[in-house]
Amino acid sequence: MPATFIQPEFRVKIDYDKCHKCGRCVQQCGWGVYDFNERPIPHDEKCRACHRCVTFCPAHCITIERNPLAYRDNDNWSASLRKAVWKQAETGGVLLTSMGNPQPYPRIFDHLLLDACQVTNPSIDPLREPMELRTYLGRKPDAVKVEPDGAGGFRLAEGGGMSRNVELATPIIFSPMSYGSVSLNVHKSLAMAAERCGILMNTGEGGLHEDLYPYQDHVIVQVASGRFGVGPDYLKRGAAIEIKIGQGAKPGIGGHLPGEKINKEVSSTRMIPQGTDAISPAPHHDIYSIEDLRQLIYALKEASGYKPVGVKIAAVHNVAAIASGIVRAGADYVYLDGFRGGTGAAPAVIRDHVGIPVEIAIAVVDQRLREEGIRNQASIVAAGSIRSSADVAKAIALGADVVAIGTAALIALGCHVCQSCHTGNCSWGITTQKPELTRRIDPEWGAERVSNLINAWSHELQEILGALGVNAIESLRGSRERLRSIGLDEQTSRILGVKPAGM
Amino acid sequence: MPIQVIEGYRQVEPARRTEGDAVVFDANGVYYQQLNDAIRAAVEAGAKRIVVENANGQRYIGAGLQAKDLTIEVRGTAGNDLAAFMDGPKVEVFGNAQDGVGNTMASGTVVVHGDAGDVLGYGMRGGRVFVRGDVGYRVGIHMKAYEGLVPIVVCGGKARDFFGEYMAGGMLVLLGMNTQFPDDPVAGGFLGTGMHGGVIYVRGAVEPWQCGKEVGVSEAEEADMAALTPVLDEYCASLGLDLAEVLSEPFTRIAPVSHRPYGKLYAYL
Repeated sequence: MPATFIQPEFRVKIDYDKCHKCGRCVQQCGWGVYDFNERPIPHDEKCRACHRCVTFCPAHCITIERNPLAYRDNDNWSASLRKAVWKQAETGGVLLTSMGNPQPYPRIFDHLLLDACQVTNPSIDPLREPMELRTYLGRKPDAVKVEPDGAGGFRLAEGGGMSRNVELATPIIFSPMSYGSVSLNVHKSLAMAAERCGILMNTGEGGLHEDLYPYQDHVIVQVASGRFGVGPDYLKRGAAIEIKIGQGAKPGIGGHLPGEKINKEVSSTRMIPQGTDAISPAPHHDIYSIEDLRQLIYALKEASGYKPVGVKIAAVHNVAAIASGIVRAGADYVYLDGFRGGTGAAPAVIRDHVGIPVEIAIAVVDQRLREEGIRNQASIVAAGSIRSSADVAKAIALGADVVAIGTAALIALGCHVCQSCHTGNCSWGITTQKPELTRRIDPEWGAERVSNLINAWSHELQEILGALGVNAIESLRGSRERLRSIGLDEQTSRILGVKPAGM
Repeated sequence: MPIQVIEGYRQVEPARRTEGDAVVFDANGVYYQQLNDAIRAAVEAGAKRIVVENANGQRYIGAGLQAKDLTIEVRGTAGNDLAAFMDGPKVEVFGNAQDGVGNTMASGTVVVHGDAGDVLGYGMRGGRVFVRGDVGYRVGIHMKAYEGLVPIVVCGGKARDFFGEYMAGGMLVLLGMNTQFPDDPVAGGFLGTGMHGGVIYVRGAVEPWQCGKEVGVSEAEEADMAALTPVLDEYCASLGLDLAEVLSEPFTRIAPVSHRPYGKLYAYL
C-alpha cells in the first residue's frame, strides 16, 4: 500500500527555460520541497504554498498551483474532510493546525457599513484639523473629585483621581504571541514597533527575553496557566499584566509547545529545561471561580506595585456574563478574543468549531456592562481577526476601546497565511526557532514594516473619523448608531444593536 | 474620611512596634492591603525581621517580595496566596496557612507549623515550602525546575486529590505523619497525573488507583534516599521533628515515564 492516500495539495511548476539553476529556491524553502540535481526538483507533497521560493526566485520561474486533481463532487464529503479521515486513519492523531479559523462562517465585519456626514453635519478634514486617536487602557473612576487650586481653577483632589491607565497613541495593540511560538526577532520587531508607535506588544505566555527589557514600558506581560517565565521581576517590568484564561483559536483548551521548539534561549526565557514539552494546562489551577480570579488579579497587583491587570478570554456563548464577572473581579481590561483569532498550534476540531465571532462578543459585552453600570470599570480589548482599519473602526463603534492584532502584524513581517506555524519550519522565519530561518527577519526591518502598518491604519482611522464628522476616536466608541448592517438577519442585527441599512 | 471596612477588615495602618531587631505589626482586623503596604515599607527601610501578630486570614503576605536576608514571622492564620511570586525571603507561619501558599514562588523558604490548604506551590519554580501537617487538593501542580532553581515541597501530613498534577520539575514529598485524618489514604486520586518532570516521594506505599497513567511507581533506592535525606533533615530541623522517625519507613518514588507525555498525540495538518 502507498504510505498515504493523501495527494499533494499544490503543484510546484518550474519553467526550466527561465531557471538560472542558482539553487535559491532550495536554500529558501523551509519545508524541504526541493532537491537539486543540476536543476531544482520539487516534491509537491511538501509544499505549503508559502511563496518564499516564488518571492526570492531571481528568474521568476516558479509557479505554485492548486493541484487540479478532481474529487468526485460531494458538498457533504468535501475533499478536506476526506483527507482528514485518511490522515487520522494513518496516524490515530488529533489533527493539529494553526492560524485562525479558515472556515466559511459569516464574517460579520463584512456585513457592517460605516456612516458619513453629508451637507448638514459637515465632515472634517483630518489632514488639516486635529484628530485624536489617543486611548487610555484601564479602569476609569466612577467619579472624579476636584478641588479649587487656589488660582481660580480646579485640580484633582487627593484620592479622587484617575486609576492607573496605560496611554496608547492609537487604539491598536499587538496580540499575545509567545517567544517560542514566534521567534525572538519577531518579538523584537513588535517591541520596537510598539515603542515607536506609542502602543503595546504582549509577551504571550513564554516569558520576557532580556533583549526586550529596553522596551518594557511598551510590553504587556502575560500570566497563563503554565506560568512560564513568571516571577516578581517579570511582573514589575511590564506596563500591564494580563491573565490569559482563553484564546479565540482554542477556547477551553491549554497550550502545548513541543519539545523541539524549546531550544536554549526559549528554555531560559520560559525557565524550563531544553527539549521538555511546555504544557499549559487548560485551566489555571488556582482559578475555579470569579472569587479565585479576583484573588489572582490582586495577587498580581500586590506583587507588581498595583499595575493594571487585564484578563483575556475566548469569546464563547455566555461571554457577556463572564465578562461582567471579570470586571467585578477587578480587572482593568477585558480582552475578548473571537473565534477567528490565530494560534501557533491548535487542534483543528477546536479551532474550526468552538467559540463565537468577536463582533457579537464586543456588542453583547459592551451592552451588558452598560446595563450593569460598570462599563467604566474596565476597557474592552477586542481581537480575533482584525484585518484592516475598517475592522478597527467597526469594532470600536460596536463598543471596543482597543483592538489587538496578531496575524495582521505577522503578515506585515512576511507571513503568507499558509497555516503551518505548528510545524516550526516557517520559511519566513516567523514561527520557527531554527537559526537559519529566524535570521531572515531583521528586527530593525521588521519594526519598520509593522510601524508602517500601524501608522497607515491610524491615518485611515483618522479619515474615517473625519468622514463621520467627529474629531476623536472617543466619539466613535460604542456609537452603534454610526453602523448599519447589510445582509444580516434581523436577530443578528438586534444582538449587535445595529440597524439595517436604510433605517 | 471615615475608615473603610471591607469584609470586616479595617483599611488602617497596622499598629507597629519594634522588639530588638524585629519590626512587629499587629494585624488584628487590618485589611491586607494596608498590612502588606506596611510590610513593604519596613522592608524598604531596611528591616531584616518582621513579625505579623494576630494574623487572621490576610492575603498575599510576602507576595512579590524580593529580598535575601529577610524573615517574616506570621503568628495566627496566614491568608491565601502567602508568599506568592516571592523571591528570596523566609516566611514562617506559627499557625495554619490557607490556599495558594507559594503560588508561582521563585525562591525563598516558607515554613508552616500547622496545616495548609489547596493549590500549594502552584507553578512554583524554586525555594522550599515545608508544612508540618495536612495539605488540601491540587498541591504542587505544575512545579518546574530550571538549572539551579529546583523547588522543594515537603508536607508532613496527608494530601487530597491531584497531588503533583502536571508536575514539570522539582521535588514533592508527602509523609502522612502529622495528620488529622489517620483513617484516610496518604494522598487522594490522580497523583502525578500529567506529570512530565521532577519526582514525588511518599513515605510508605501508594495504591495503583491513586496514580495518574503518566507516572511510574517504584521503591525509593539508595540514590533517591541520598537526595531525599538532606531535604528531610532540613525539614525536621525547621519544624523540630525527629529525622530518624521520618526515615523509619521506606519511601515510594513516583516519577514520570516520559518528559513528553503528549508527544505522539498529534497528526500535523
